[in-house]
Amino acid sequence: MTLRRISAAFTVALMLAPLLVPFLAQTAYAERLVTSLSTHRVLISSNFTGTSLVLFASIEDVDTPRDKPKKYDIAITVRGPATTFVTRRKERILGLWVNYESRRYPDTPSYLAVLSNRSPAEFGPLELQTKYRLGLSFAALPPSILADEEFGNALLRVKKAEGLFYEETNAVTFLTPTLFRATVPIPGTAPTGPYEIDVHVFANGVLAAQQTTAIEVVKTGFEAFVAQSAREARLDYGLGVAFLAFVVGTLAGLVFRRN
Amino acid sequence: MSIYLPIAELPVNILLIFGLGIAVGFISGMFGVGGGFLMTPMLILVGIPPSVAVASVPSHMAASSLTGTISYWRKQLVDSGLGLVLLSGGLLGTAAGVWVFSLLRRAGQLDLVINLSYIVLLSIVGTLMITESIRALWRSIQGQQPVLRRPGTHSWFHGLPLKFRFRQSRIYVSAIPVTAIGFGVGFLGALMGIGGGFLLIPALIYLMRVPTAVSVGTSLFLTLFTMLAATILHAVENRSVDVVLAFTLMIGGVIGAQSGARAGQAIRAEQLRFLLGILVFAVAARVGLDLLTKPIELFSVISTEAAR
Repeated sequence: MTLRRISAAFTVALMLAPLLVPFLAQTAYAERLVTSLSTHRVLISSNFTGTSLVLFASIEDVDTPRDKPKKYDIAITVRGPATTFVTRRKERILGLWVNYESRRYPDTPSYLAVLSNRSPAEFGPLELQTKYRLGLSFAALPPSILADEEFGNALLRVKKAEGLFYEETNAVTFLTPTLFRATVPIPGTAPTGPYEIDVHVFANGVLAAQQTTAIEVVKTGFEAFVAQSAREARLDYGLGVAFLAFVVGTLAGLVFRRN
Repeated sequence: MSIYLPIAELPVNILLIFGLGIAVGFISGMFGVGGGFLMTPMLILVGIPPSVAVASVPSHMAASSLTGTISYWRKQLVDSGLGLVLLSGGLLGTAAGVWVFSLLRRAGQLDLVINLSYIVLLSIVGTLMITESIRALWRSIQGQQPVLRRPGTHSWFHGLPLKFRFRQSRIYVSAIPVTAIGFGVGFLGALMGIGGGFLLIPALIYLMRVPTAVSVGTSLFLTLFTMLAATILHAVENRSVDVVLAFTLMIGGVIGAQSGARAGQAIRAEQLRFLLGILVFAVAARVGLDLLTKPIELFSVISTEAAR
């Protein structure tokens, strides 16, 4: 055993390490999670008024005997494309209610749904919630802003009223002790782009399994064409709408002439 | 019956939008105004984002004012010379308005500026129209002749150079105040998503002493061009013109405008001005009340749409 051989083995191990990491990460959990989504692409066409996404998942656990399954807790977090929100508070200035103070919330999901089988606060210690960002406020806002009660809570309240933030603590239904289902509402006003779905499975206050999948909300057909033209061929789009107004106006002028 | 608006990015009830188009078209046909001062706040009330509403309404006004222009043109009630001089100022004003619009949108004070401009402008114009028409109605009750044109009376701007004779309007004035009026109307139109007919018509009648019918015809002519320009500029500058919304409003608007025009011809001019005054004032009061009363939700959230 020379020093050289040891160092060579060490180098090889170091090179292989990145390959091993995903494997290690997978095996770190006691259980395996298999999920299935009703769709991976939500298509927005002219009759789109919102839809819902159904997620099925099964927890596979080889260690625990089948007749004595564990009690699991499930937390599902769906995040839409990140955006920067600005929350403004109105104040009375010279008798008028005008926007005054504001706070910026960068890197906040434009859409957020948090679903669980019971309140995440009951899963275990509070650190569980902060670490895995469970529940609406932990999932929406970075921990540094949580102290800022008023503006942060207003953001959650307004977005909840708009249906873009959604929280349901009994939305995960167990069909069998290891098979569960959840329905995620996608409202008509849902922003387009990639959505990330995080599923966390806890057993006795400890993370047992975790999986991340993604869906995409996209405009299709005519809607996609219009949105793309408005974005990329601005002048042509503007001229097109102006021409449309010209045609409608002229036609109406001709049609109603006889009357 | 819902339809998805591709730029506003939300589903709306198409019949509601169509109905709004007809209702506002009726009023615009009746009074000879574009009706944007009604349409824009109504769309915002329905839930359309203000930036999309302001940018999409101009194309609707272009369509209905074109229909109106055609019918006034046939009766030779459009002063194209006056219209073109107004337009030269109007296009500059529109460009400036669209620019200020996007500037304010970034600063987050767009809503306040739009609301305050609404209140100030609409309440002034509304009050002026109501008092003037009451005086005119009072005179007609006492059996006097309406005196709108007072030949021989001159304002300070009649001394300005660059004088033109506008035949249809039967006026001889400098192009400078006319261009200035056009600029002001174009600027406010683009900024507030209105055609500015309710500003231009009184300005032409009371300041320039243009006959009422020619004022309406010329105002429609000007509105047509400034609104076409506003549509293109909003599409290029703000990318918030929704063609589906615009088209629905257009169809409703031209239908409503026809019956409105017929209804308008059945009423006397002073009564028409009185009703328009009331309407303008009511919109101002509604917007003003919103600013004066404490809102239920003090907080508002907007997404700074960097990439749309």
